[in-house]
Amino acid sequence: MDIQLKRGLLDVCVLAAIKNEDSYGYKIIKDLKPCIELSESTLYTILKRLENSGMLTVRSAEHDGRLRKYYHITQNGLRRIDEFRDEWKEVISIYRFVMKEEQYE
Amino acid sequence: MNKQEFLDDLRNSLSGFPQADAEERVSFYGEMIDDRIEEGMSEEEAVAGIGTLADIREQIISEIPLPKLVKEKAKTQRRLKAWEIVLIVLGFPLWLPLLAAFSAVILALYICVWAVIISLWAAEVSLWAGALAGVAAAVMFFIRGFAVQAIALLGAAVFAAGFSVLFFIVCRAVTKGLLYVTKKIMFSLKAKLAGKEDAQ
Repeated sequence: MDIQLKRGLLDVCVLAAIKNEDSYGYKIIKDLKPCIELSESTLYTILKRLENSGMLTVRSAEHDGRLRKYYHITQNGLRRIDEFRDEWKEVISIYRFVMKEEQYE
Repeated sequence: MNKQEFLDDLRNSLSGFPQADAEERVSFYGEMIDDRIEEGMSEEEAVAGIGTLADIREQIISEIPLPKLVKEKAKTQRRLKAWEIVLIVLGFPLWLPLLAAFSAVILALYICVWAVIISLWAAEVSLWAGALAGVAAAVMFFIRGFAVQAIALLGAAVFAAGFSVLFFIVCRAVTKGLLYVTKKIMFSLKAKLAGKEDAQ
């Protein structure tokens, strides 16, 4: 898949994983597993990118005697998910058109 | 390898990178290992699932911006002795031009690459413009009754248009190739700056 496209998709995937409740690194990887396999390094890069662009915030909380980082989605992050939904309506209609043309060949 | 060994090795192999970034990564991987263990994996398994140090290092190199690495490199790890400070001050006429030259070379490399790309595309655009102008001129000649000249011009315009299509393929291939090569050069430059190939 095109790298730019994949990067954008992964960003939205991670945002969706923290949309309903704050989550932490390992849980995000597990939650996304049915949809896509993410390595730790890839996830780190995505989280960092989303944090720098203000789509999520990070807080450390104690868990079982150690610190764990929890990621919280911001208004910007929620807006990104909405944008994605609108963009994909277009993509899907393009896809349908392509498939229809294929049939006539 | 147990968790502590892995994290120590990781910290070690990231010593050429900005400290705060490196520490943040180490704690991220530490948390991942802890969470895996909590889920029932053995420590060894949890560490093995994280990936190799070389992979992690390679990924950081491709992401980190060059200026950040240079800045990190310029920071000295220990306090300077008095004579070293004197030497740096006195050596100023020497190292400043060297540093400037080094930056200029990198800048020049970039400019050269972009100049090639821009000029290729400019040629492509002008071929198209030539084709359009040829057609327009042919129409003018035709209206004024110079049919032979009009046909000759039309022929030239069609040739320019056809050539520009071929040239477009060349332009695209060269642009792609050059961008790939610059990226490779950047990567190896950054890998050099970060030092130490790996700490395994």
